[in-house]
Amino acid sequence: MSAVLQYTVQGLAAGSFYALAALGLAVIFGVLGVVNFAHGAFYMLGAVAAAVLLDTLGLSLWGALIVVPLLMLVFGMLVERLLVQWLLPLDPLYNLLLTFGLTLLLVDLVKRRYGVSGLPYERPSALSGRVEVGGVGLPVYQLFVIGVALLVCLGVWLLMTRTRVGMIVRAATERPELAGALGINVGRWVTPVFGFGVALAGLAGVLAAPFRAITAEMGSDFIIILFAVVVIGGLGSIVGAVVGGFLVGLVEAFGQAYAPTFAQVLIFVLMAVVVLARPAGLFGREEATA
Amino acid sequence: MLEIENLSAWYGEAQALREATLSVGAGEVVTLVGRNGAGKTTLVRCLMGLHRHLTGSVWLDGRDITSLPAHRRARAGLGWVQDDRGIFANLSVEENLLLPPRVSESAWTLEQVYDAFPALGIRRRAGGTTLSGGEQQMLAVARVLRTGARVLLLDEPSEGLAPVIVAQIGEIVRTAKQSGIGVLLIEQNVRFAATVADRHYLLAQGRLVESLDNDEFVERQDELLEHLGI
Ligand SMILES: Nc1ncnc2c1ncn2[C@@H]1O[C@H](COP(=O)(O)OP(=O)(O)OP(=O)(O)O)[C@@H](O)[C@H]1O
Ligand SMILES: [Mg+2]
Repeated sequence: MSAVLQYTVQGLAAGSFYALAALGLAVIFGVLGVVNFAHGAFYMLGAVAAAVLLDTLGLSLWGALIVVPLLMLVFGMLVERLLVQWLLPLDPLYNLLLTFGLTLLLVDLVKRRYGVSGLPYERPSALSGRVEVGGVGLPVYQLFVIGVALLVCLGVWLLMTRTRVGMIVRAATERPELAGALGINVGRWVTPVFGFGVALAGLAGVLAAPFRAITAEMGSDFIIILFAVVVIGGLGSIVGAVVGGFLVGLVEAFGQAYAPTFAQVLIFVLMAVVVLARPAGLFGREEATA
Repeated sequence: MLEIENLSAWYGEAQALREATLSVGAGEVVTLVGRNGAGKTTLVRCLMGLHRHLTGSVWLDGRDITSLPAHRRARAGLGWVQDDRGIFANLSVEENLLLPPRVSESAWTLEQVYDAFPALGIRRRAGGTTLSGGEQQMLAVARVLRTGARVLLLDEPSEGLAPVIVAQIGEIVRTAKQSGIGVLLIEQNVRFAATVADRHYLLAQGRLVESLDNDEFVERQDELLEHLGI
């Protein structure tokens, strides 16, 4: 019983990174139709930025949680303006290739600058140690990660469902041409949405910094799992990204605990089962994938 | 108010419209009648700036809008109701109504919309596409009226709907006309067209072959029905 609770928390914490990043991937895909391969690299940059800012400026995790996503927002908007936008009128495959190339570039740049061994990151003392819950000692940091992720997901959900911006994003995601013909300047939203998605990946990276090894390569496995998450949740679905993220985190944690050799495989088995039962994913609309 | 001059349009090599010239005045209801594939939808897509492979020009209130992007045409006063009704599934009924920005003083308020279409008021929180076909058509028309659009482009609004609902749509078109809105109504339902319109254009294979006032249109109704193959 206590083990189950432990693995659940561990899985939800891992799932938090997936959920946040997949949320970013989903809004970008929704509005731009771009499958952003560089999302793993943006996650890595978030973690590296947190480590570097701590090392050079002494910026704590608390500060990094605010500053790094803002930096990534600006960086993402630049990437969209300078690179992605030129390929938007072409086949989506071109932007997949572009973001794949960008990934290689970013990973190599970080390797050159900071080497291949991991950067150190010390978590704030308030977030270290364990807390007793029902006789089980649970890591405070994992609970913190889950809390932040749930808060941010809730915030994004409110933004999407309760505000005019969210309404426009939903309309532009579903039928961009029609939204335009009804007087919505869809193009105006493309850059901020891309930046926003990148910022979410960066936030996931900051949260992962005290928890995972910070290396240039940390995004490579991450992006593969992230693709599994969005396929499971439903490409372009906000709720699907979140649910898929936590689900995959749980499968991973329990897989590692009870069947370590199959942990990764399990995720893709889950993906295959979902795709067979519901080709558009758990929360995808059939027509949205057409 | 809306003037179209020598509009030709192509899909690749295939020409879908040939030098169409027509106009819609304020408070005027004009229909565009033609068989399947005649080019009616292509014409409105050109008007909305969604189909760009074209020559000729489109004018709204004396202003050349031929090169404007779609969203600026909507803001200039064109209200498009597309042939599949164009209701967003991810938006509630009320959100569908509130999505397009207001473009003129004559924009309807939500209260006016719900007074005129009680069914929409009752289902305001429901998903847009959970409405029946007739209700979705009402929603699509109400949506452009709420923006205060000054020219409505209605692409076969009566298609597939029960006679009661078609009559209701006719009523809305007449109300719009009375408030000075120009309406370009695409129709294959000749009988319905005759009950609401002032003038009619006949489109055949991308060419405007006839321009008739409503009396002539009614007189030649049988001939026209035959032409349409109905
Ligand atoms: N996307 C497209 N690509 C190629 N040809 C097209 C396309 N859309 C329409 N066409 C062709 O252009 C011509 C005009 O089509 P359009 O949809 O404008 O006709 P319509 O009068 O609206 O017909 P309907 O009454 O069936 O709606 C047809 O011959 C059609 O096959
Ligand atoms: Mg048509």
